[in-house]
Amino acid sequence: MKSLLLEVYRRPLGRASLFVLIALYLGALFAGFLATQPVNSQDLAHTYHPPTPIVWHDGGLAVPDYRVVDKSGPRYERTGEYHRLRLLAPGFEYRLLGLLPLQRHLVQPVDPSAKVYLLGSDSTGRCVFSRLVYGSRVSLLIGLVGITITLFLGLLVGGLSGYFGGRIDFFAMRGVEFLMAIPSLYLLLALRSVLAPRFNSDQMFVVIVIILSLIGWAGAARVLRGMSLSLRRRQFVLAAESMGQSPLRILRLHILPNLASYLLVAATLSIPGYILGEAALSFLGLGIAEPASSWGLMLSQAQNIKIFMLNFWWLLTPGVAMFVTVIAFNLLGDVLRDIVDPRMKTQ
Amino acid sequence: MPLLSVEDLRISFHQRDQTVEAVKGVSFALEAGRTLAIVGESGSGKSVTALSLTRLLPEPPNCRVTGAIRYQGRDVLGLDRRSLQALRGKEIAYVFQEPSSSLNPVFTVGAQIAEAVRLHLPEIKDVEAHVIRALEQVGIADAARRHTSYPHELSGGMQQRVMIAMALACRPKILVADEPTTALDVTIQKQIIDLLRDLKTSTGMSVILITHNFGIVRGFADDVAVMYRGLIVESGPTEEILSRPKHPYTQALIACIPRLGARQRRLATIDHAAIARALETKI
Repeated sequence: MKSLLLEVYRRPLGRASLFVLIALYLGALFAGFLATQPVNSQDLAHTYHPPTPIVWHDGGLAVPDYRVVDKSGPRYERTGEYHRLRLLAPGFEYRLLGLLPLQRHLVQPVDPSAKVYLLGSDSTGRCVFSRLVYGSRVSLLIGLVGITITLFLGLLVGGLSGYFGGRIDFFAMRGVEFLMAIPSLYLLLALRSVLAPRFNSDQMFVVIVIILSLIGWAGAARVLRGMSLSLRRRQFVLAAESMGQSPLRILRLHILPNLASYLLVAATLSIPGYILGEAALSFLGLGIAEPASSWGLMLSQAQNIKIFMLNFWWLLTPGVAMFVTVIAFNLLGDVLRDIVDPRMKTQ
Repeated sequence: MPLLSVEDLRISFHQRDQTVEAVKGVSFALEAGRTLAIVGESGSGKSVTALSLTRLLPEPPNCRVTGAIRYQGRDVLGLDRRSLQALRGKEIAYVFQEPSSSLNPVFTVGAQIAEAVRLHLPEIKDVEAHVIRALEQVGIADAARRHTSYPHELSGGMQQRVMIAMALACRPKILVADEPTTALDVTIQKQIIDLLRDLKTSTGMSVILITHNFGIVRGFADDVAVMYRGLIVESGPTEEILSRPKHPYTQALIACIPRLGARQRRLATIDHAAIARALETKI
């Protein structure tokens, strides 16, 4: 395990994706510290505010001041004034890792009434950057939790049916095929409407994870069944059996460790599916709901034609974040696969 | 009472609507401390017979085993799963043909031997020392270091020694060696057979050697049973069978052993049609 990480680190692509992912997850963990404003503090006087660049002004960090020139647009222009910024300054209260109440933030304006929108504001004047870092919690966590449940189910069903074969195998695989035959988006929508008529966003998160895992495990089960079937025929399993080991011990000690490398690669490569799945649900208005924040939900706001016509490009940044995350996971998965199975290496 | 006795063993495999009878009524007995060689060509049913001794074959309905297998008077075919697992490895242990695939690639060899020891000899406290002793016993030099090697770091001969060490670590009463030397080159074959002979005399266990090679039977086995098409066609003390084979198949099989310095242009092969004719005239 340690040597695997080292091997990933030695490859440029692996190292880059590892750093990106670590940065993203740290960002999600310390979202409160990074955010400049609470996740849903609205300011209807500052809707669609453009991103405020951080500049060096008068011997300190500062953001330019803006004023509205056209309310219907709305359009802003700089006044030429600047608001002073302070690093590690006190601001709104949040809980670090959900436990420790704190007030320190990475940057805060000296004047509390000054507006800092690092990535602009949305249709109700909320800070896009703050919502982005808070929303990353949902998107990043959902992949990890989802893949854990999926692989657990896949391993349980696939591993056991491959190992024991016969009738167990037959019925398990027909069940899996049945599940795979249902178009997944409709299954997703159907499960969503059955499972969660009215939930708050924490409960909704759990529901989404369950729905996505229920859909995803079938494919994993089939692959794992095939692998455990072929391992079952290997002589070391017969040797273990001839030493008098029980089937469960053989599964745990001989089959599972031989599946581990595949599991690791499959997990890394399928996490993006969960991130995109959550985004799709939230985009359709069936996932995380306002006032909580998630990348898919933020993107659904950007559907508005006004965004494109008036060039409020900063509302598309959740899409960029999602893109970076997905690419990083895919590259890491590719690197892992190349290490674990060099024959699969793409030329 | 013999240590192990097999009476009228019949094994058949069923697949869809096809039935193959691999063993058609085999009987033999093994006394404590003796060595029995089961000799026969591929498909004669010798490996299946060996696997059936601790019921390692697939479960019914795919495979059916009838007859009687008695180990120390206990009926193996009637044992429940738990006593069967206690029998496997502890009383009857196996060494298989292909050492590289008999070892799990993801664990060190020491860990794999230790696993067997913990399973059957829970009273042993210092498992590592026991494992190292087991490896030394099979002639692995520097066992204290080698037991942390992974299977792929060892040569084929070393791997087979590890398999033998694993089989012997729990001090079984019977060792079933299923073509233990087939995957190895000739010099290593001799080393492994010599090792098995030494271990046999030092531990006093019984050995069932499954092979297609009469060459390694001489000087190793006390008794020989020749299997052909699911039947034991001839059996008896090794010297007698080798010097005065009665059955035409045995004669043909012995004629196949290449001899150094013999003036043969071609190696003998087995003419099955001729054997079948000879058998029919006999009947």
